[in-house]
Amino acid sequence: MHRPPGPEADARAGLPNGGAAAAILAAGIGSFALGVLSFIGDVSLDMRRAFIIWNPSGPLSGVSTGTIAIWLVAWLVLALAWNKREVRLPRVNLIAFALLAIGMLLTFPPFADMLQGQ
Amino acid sequence: MGFGVLFMLAFSGAIGLIYASAAGSDLMAASPRHDQMFRFYMISMAVTSWLAVLSGTYIIYPWYRAVPPAGTTDLALYPQRLLLSNPMTAGWHDVGMEFKEHVSWFTPIAITMVAFLFLRYGPQIARHRHMRAALLAFTGAAFLATVSSGFFGALLNTHAPITGGPEIVLMGHK
Repeated sequence: MHRPPGPEADARAGLPNGGAAAAILAAGIGSFALGVLSFIGDVSLDMRRAFIIWNPSGPLSGVSTGTIAIWLVAWLVLALAWNKREVRLPRVNLIAFALLAIGMLLTFPPFADMLQGQ
Repeated sequence: MGFGVLFMLAFSGAIGLIYASAAGSDLMAASPRHDQMFRFYMISMAVTSWLAVLSGTYIIYPWYRAVPPAGTTDLALYPQRLLLSNPMTAGWHDVGMEFKEHVSWFTPIAITMVAFLFLRYGPQIARHRHMRAALLAFTGAAFLATVSSGFFGALLNTHAPITGGPEIVLMGHK
């Protein structure tokens, strides 16, 4: 059954892609931050201790909280900058995918061990 | 684990939505009611992903890494210590759990972004090829993270803490 798009869909027709670009790049930055923070916690005993903000969950509490903070701040900053603009999405995608891939690799213990020469 | 299972089940719907948007399906813009249903679905999925990681990190994980009182010899109720007590099983913690505890956190970040894009752009996603590419990549990454986490979770929960010991070994050894 086909009906014409509703008025809300029409209202969204002219939206610039900047808001999407901000969300996509922020997700990439958040993913990268997760990888980097988990890697730092793995490498440095001092950082591992510093990440313990709730003892029962250990360093994971700090790594996850730090990641979420970095992701949300990045999203806010990028959204303020790009929300009403058209952005080159292919380039944003490329950077976001690269950050995501690096972040995922850094959380994989054999890869993190390899970087540490273990 | 319950939230994780619910979330896994919801993936097929998300992939269907992305496909519908890629195909420029009439379904995406058929009526405000359909639009509201898609919005509700994506918000529910994002909320479930957050509940899964938050409950995993702050309710389940503390049980896993509980420290036994001094002198405890039966480590059956202390999974982390049980695994680390034997060199043949220590890898399940060093690789399996270390990976699982972190990789799960990719999922809510990715799915929140995906939900936001669907909420904000709705049927207009059909006009943005690169936006759909990002949706697909991050949904795929979230799926990979969830499957990896679920895989290690299933192995660790159903094998290691219960039948841990010399018979649980890492691949290639036995």
